[in-house]
Amino acid sequence: MNPLTGYVFLSALLFAVGLAGALTRRNAMLVLIGIELMLNAANLNFIAFWRYGPHPEALTGVMFVIFSIGVAAAEAAVGLSIILAVYRHSKTTNLDEMDSLKG
Amino acid sequence: MTVTFLILAGVTIVGMAAAMSLRNLVHCVLSLTLGLVGLAGLFLELDAQFVGFTQILVYVGAVAILAMFAVMMTRGAAQQQESRPTSVRISGVLIAGGVFLVLAWAMCHGLMTLGAPVQPEAEVKQIGVALMRSYVLPLEVIGLLLTAALIGAGVIAMEEKRGAR
Amino acid sequence: MNGSVRMAGTADQIFVLVKQWLMGYVPGALQPLASAVLSVVPVLLVFPLLFAITTVLERKGLGRIQNRYGPNRAGFFGILQPMADGIKSLTKEDIIPRSADHLVHLLAPLLLVVASFLVYAVLPIGRNMVIANLNAGVLFFFAIGSMVELAVFMAGWSSRSKYSLLGAMRAIAQMISYEMPLVLSAVVVIMAAGSLSTVTIVTMQATYTGIWPHWYVFTPWGLMGFVLFMIAATAESNRSPFDLPEGESEIIAGYYIEYSGFKFALFFLGEYLGMFATSAMAITLFLGGWAAPFSFLTWIPSYIWFFVKLLALIMAFIWVRGTLPRLRMDQLMNFAWKFMLPMSLVNILCAGVWHFMAAGFVRWVVVAVLVAGTCYLLSQRLKRGKRVAVRTYRFAS
Repeated sequence: MNPLTGYVFLSALLFAVGLAGALTRRNAMLVLIGIELMLNAANLNFIAFWRYGPHPEALTGVMFVIFSIGVAAAEAAVGLSIILAVYRHSKTTNLDEMDSLKG
Repeated sequence: MTVTFLILAGVTIVGMAAAMSLRNLVHCVLSLTLGLVGLAGLFLELDAQFVGFTQILVYVGAVAILAMFAVMMTRGAAQQQESRPTSVRISGVLIAGGVFLVLAWAMCHGLMTLGAPVQPEAEVKQIGVALMRSYVLPLEVIGLLLTAALIGAGVIAMEEKRGAR
Repeated sequence: MNGSVRMAGTADQIFVLVKQWLMGYVPGALQPLASAVLSVVPVLLVFPLLFAITTVLERKGLGRIQNRYGPNRAGFFGILQPMADGIKSLTKEDIIPRSADHLVHLLAPLLLVVASFLVYAVLPIGRNMVIANLNAGVLFFFAIGSMVELAVFMAGWSSRSKYSLLGAMRAIAQMISYEMPLVLSAVVVIMAAGSLSTVTIVTMQATYTGIWPHWYVFTPWGLMGFVLFMIAATAESNRSPFDLPEGESEIIAGYYIEYSGFKFALFFLGEYLGMFATSAMAITLFLGGWAAPFSFLTWIPSYIWFFVKLLALIMAFIWVRGTLPRLRMDQLMNFAWKFMLPMSLVNILCAGVWHFMAAGFVRWVVVAVLVAGTCYLLSQRLKRGKRVAVRTYRFAS
C-alpha cells in the first residue's frame, strides 16, 4: 500500500472527528478546538502531499503549513478572547444560550 | 506503513477523539495537546523537521496554554454543561461520518498513483531562503495579521473599566 | 567523522572511541538501538549526578553568603547530603489530596522530567559528542522547553488547591513573558552562524585569531544577547530573583505544594535539569560550547571545558540567588515587556548592522554605541517616575 494513503485517511479521520466535535458540543471553547482540529487535519494533508508529491523541492506544502500554523495561532487568540468577552457579558460559554442580540 | 506511523496515528486519533468527547474542559485541552504532539510526530515522520518543531512550539507552547487560561477564566460556566439533545448529537456524528466516507471514497478513486517518492530533506536553510525570496509577501502579510490579532485579542479581552459588571 | 576523530586526539575523543569500540560487538540489526542507548545512558547518568552535586554546592554556597554553615552532618563537610535527601524523599509517604485529579497529578512531574531530559538531545557536550545533530536543533530546544509550562499548569490545576493554582498561574504568566526574550536573544546567534544546528554553531565558534577565540559573546550584540538570555533563563527556571511562582513566604511553594515524597523530588530534579539545560544552551550559543577559551589550551579535552563552563554558570546562578531580593509581580512584567523584549529586538537589528558593515574598528564602535545607547534609554524609561536611591539601613549599620 502506498504510504500516502495512510496519511490521507488519517487526515480525513481527524477532519471528521473535528467536525463531529464542532457540531455536537455546545461549549464555545470546544467548538473552537474542533475547528483547530480540522485545520490540523488539512495541515497533515499538505505535508503528506508535499512529501510524496512530484515536486518536493518546491516546498509549497511546507510553506502553506507554516502560514497556516500562524493563522491558526491568530485565530485561537482572537477566538478565545471573544469567548472571554462574551463570558464576561452573559456569564456563559454555552453556545445555545448566547442567543440574545441586544447587549 | 511503518510501526512508527501506526503508533503516532493511534496517539493522534485517541488524543483528538478524547478532546472532542471528554466532559471536563481541562481534560479536553490536555488530550488535545496529546493529539497535537502526535501530529507533530507525524510531521517528523514525514521528514518535515522544521514544521514539526514549529507545531510543538506554537500549539503546545502557546495555543494549549492560551486555551487553559481561557478555561480557568470561564470556570463558572464549566459546571452547567449538559449535553445537547440526542437528535442533535446523532445528526452531528452522522454528518461527520458522511463527510469522512465521501473523503475516503474520493481518495480510493482519486490520485493514489503518485510517482515514486523521492527523499526530500527540507533543510531549514531552504525554508528560510524560500520565505525570504518567493514567499516574502505572504510572510509580511502574516506578520501584519499576527500583530493585528495580538492587539485585537488584547482589546477584546480587556476588562471594561466602567461596564455593567 | 573518522578524520575529525583522529585530528582531535585520543583524550578528547575517548568516549567517542569507546562507543565505536563497543558498537563493534553489536550485531548489525541492533546497531541503531545500541547506538541510541550508548548515547542516551551517559546523559541520563551524568546530569542527575550533577544535580546531586549542585544541591550541595548551592546549599553550602548560600550558607556562606548568608553567614552560616549549610549542611555539614552527612559525610565529610556534608558531601553525602544528596544521598540523605534522596533516601528521605524516597521513604516519605506519597500524599495525594483527596479531591485531586489523580491521573493528571501523577503525569505532571513525569512530563516535567521527560521534557527536561529531552532537550539534552541537541546539546553538544564535547567534540562529536551530541545525541542528535538536528537541522533545527535550537528550535527543538525551545519547542520541548515550552512543554514545561504545560507540566507546571497540570501540577497546579490537578492539586485542587488555591495556592498551587495561584502559583501555576504566576509561573505560566512569567514563563510566557520571558520566553519571547529568550528566543529572540538566541536569534542573533542563529543569524551570525546561519544555522539552527547546535553542532554547527559551536564549530563556528571553535576557531581562533591569535590566541583569542571567536565566541559570540565577544561582540557587542553577543554580549547583550548573552545577558538577556541569562536573565530570561533565570526567569524561565523560576529562580531567584524571579521566584515569585514558588515564593515560600507568599504562596508557600507554588504549584508543587501538594506534592510530597518522590514526586516532589522529581519536581526538584526537573527544575534543576531545566536550569542546566538553559545554561548549557547559553554556553552553546554564546560561550563557544566545548571550545577552549585560548588557542593554547585546546589540548584539554572538550567535554572538560563544557563542564567547567557549566559549573561556572551554575555558580553564577547560586550567587545571584544569594544576593538579589525577589521582584514584585508588576516589576517582573514591566521588566519583561518594557525592557527585555524591545532590547532583544533592537539587538537583532544591531546584529544585522554588524553583519552588513565591513569588518574593522568602525563596526565595533557603531554597534557598541547602538546597543549601549538603547540599553540606557530603555532603562531610563523603566526608572521613570520612581525614586531610586541607595537604601539606608537604620539598624543594621
